[in-house]
Amino acid sequence: MKDFKGPVLFLDRSDINTDEIIPAKYLTENEKEALKPHLLEDLILEGFDASKDITGNRVVVTRQNFGCGSSREHAPWAFEVNGYHVVIAEGFARIFRQNMYNCGMLAIDLAASDISRLFDEFAGSGAWIEVDVSAGAIEVYALGENRDRQGEVMASIPFEMSGFDRALIESGGWVEYADSHY
Amino acid sequence: MGQTIAEKIFSTHLVDEPFGDVSVLKLDRVFCHEITTPIAINDLQKRGKDRVFDPDKIKAVIDHVSPAKDSKTAVQGKILRDWARKHQIRDFFDIGANGVCHALFPEKGYVRPGFTVIMGDSHTCTHGAFGAFAAGVGTTDLEVGILKGVCTFKKPKTIRIELTGNLPDGVYAKDVILYVIGQISVNGATNMVMEFCGSCVDQMSMEERMTLCNMAVEAGATSGICYPDMTTVEYLWPFIRDDFQSKEAALESYSKYISDDDAEYEAVKTFDISNLEPLVTYGYKPDNVKTVTEMAGTSVDQVYIGSCTNGRIEDLRVAAKILEGHVISPTVRAIVSPATPKIFNQAMEEGLMKIFMDAGFCVTNPTCGACLGMSNGILAPGEVAATTTNRNFNGRMGKGGMVHLMSPATAAASAIQGVITNSPMFIG
Repeated sequence: MKDFKGPVLFLDRSDINTDEIIPAKYLTENEKEALKPHLLEDLILEGFDASKDITGNRVVVTRQNFGCGSSREHAPWAFEVNGYHVVIAEGFARIFRQNMYNCGMLAIDLAASDISRLFDEFAGSGAWIEVDVSAGAIEVYALGENRDRQGEVMASIPFEMSGFDRALIESGGWVEYADSHY
Repeated sequence: MGQTIAEKIFSTHLVDEPFGDVSVLKLDRVFCHEITTPIAINDLQKRGKDRVFDPDKIKAVIDHVSPAKDSKTAVQGKILRDWARKHQIRDFFDIGANGVCHALFPEKGYVRPGFTVIMGDSHTCTHGAFGAFAAGVGTTDLEVGILKGVCTFKKPKTIRIELTGNLPDGVYAKDVILYVIGQISVNGATNMVMEFCGSCVDQMSMEERMTLCNMAVEAGATSGICYPDMTTVEYLWPFIRDDFQSKEAALESYSKYISDDDAEYEAVKTFDISNLEPLVTYGYKPDNVKTVTEMAGTSVDQVYIGSCTNGRIEDLRVAAKILEGHVISPTVRAIVSPATPKIFNQAMEEGLMKIFMDAGFCVTNPTCGACLGMSNGILAPGEVAATTTNRNFNGRMGKGGMVHLMSPATAAASAIQGVITNSPMFIG
């Protein structure tokens, strides 16, 4: 299983599409690592600077319909090669969500009120999130000066995960699962 | 309780229901192109699993950047080409025979009512026009599709889009789908199948139904879908004539893929399109829709007619009819890209290409290139495109460019005027 924890990148916008996550001109790359410098390069979001805000964070918290548009799995890969294995959102486009689990990564749906709470209470000061997959909960901590986990857990938010999604996470992705089952 | 068409297709293709959460479906078609497939091929080779479940059910095409524009795209083409040869995938389309996947594969008769289809391309929903469940997937799903001939989906919820009334003159399937997306939003059909029905759809050609289903994903849908009818049978007849004694027999067989009257829907939306006007997008989301009248006068730098949405023969006919006897504005450059060689040939035979060229259009070979800003018509920062494609996302046709989506008629009229304008076919 991959690790699912780290400092949070807050993206306060709905309908962030996969062209914004990784523009089509980089789809000519056949190695995932080559996508690394281009994550979120075309994102339109006030105050966001891809060259400064991506490095050092590990978890994305965002709003509704994340990853809409193109089916390109380059979008999850671009996160993966930058050390991001978790996106937490109010909702996902179907293909993006499936691509995340197929790669053994987490796309976690939370209620709008939980997402708003994360933005309201933590976006300003920064946060460290750890996902406890077996318990099905997101644990939020304060972010220390060295961008490390600080103090006691400040919020614990449960989430639902289907048995199949859990199996994909535990087996490391869909290829291994499918080849051993079908 | 009755079933929707999608539920019927799921029932007949079900392999497994792991944990009761999802349906693993047997696939009738796995389509491949050179952008998302090579990484799947490389991964299969790395895992020592370089096999294909059935070479006859896999179809492959080089279409996104064609001919190759640089070494990287040449390598992508080569990986797909070598793999297709190695595994004896006979239906592989290289330059000279290639076209935009979602125009080419229907034209070859590969999709039939009741089929399950996947491709590593979000506009795979286009093929639902034939009464198939057709879904865009990522590279890993594609990889498993190639290897095992299966794919998983959540049980299909369906949103029924009932379109009533007759299309007014100068208003087209593109305007209808932009209208629907504008009404239900880019998230309105997420995790759902978008079922198009009603008298308006009944009267549509297969080309129009493909335009409709093509953009279902822009509302978040897993697949667009239309009921098979005699229009479907007529289109497919050259490919199915040996399978059925008559067209009526084919229709009867395919009619099992029509939703039951008592089927259950997640939502039902009815839209009367009798008074619809030509539409165009603004901003960076496909649900940002206004009437052409509202947007009239917006300056345009480049006009593009083509793509899996609107690069078919009917689209070229409509555009050529408007362009005949006119030249494009000196402030505009215009590109037409017939979606397949067959369409290109047909357009030449009908004299459409001469009309486009006399009007000042650049004619390109069939390719997806410009639509996603990969080749053959990329915008410079600050430039504006009037285009018949399907996405107006930021940077879609080139970093810093603005994309306005519209019908081929509106695009042709806008090319002549140099600004967004209603086509003369529309009498408002």
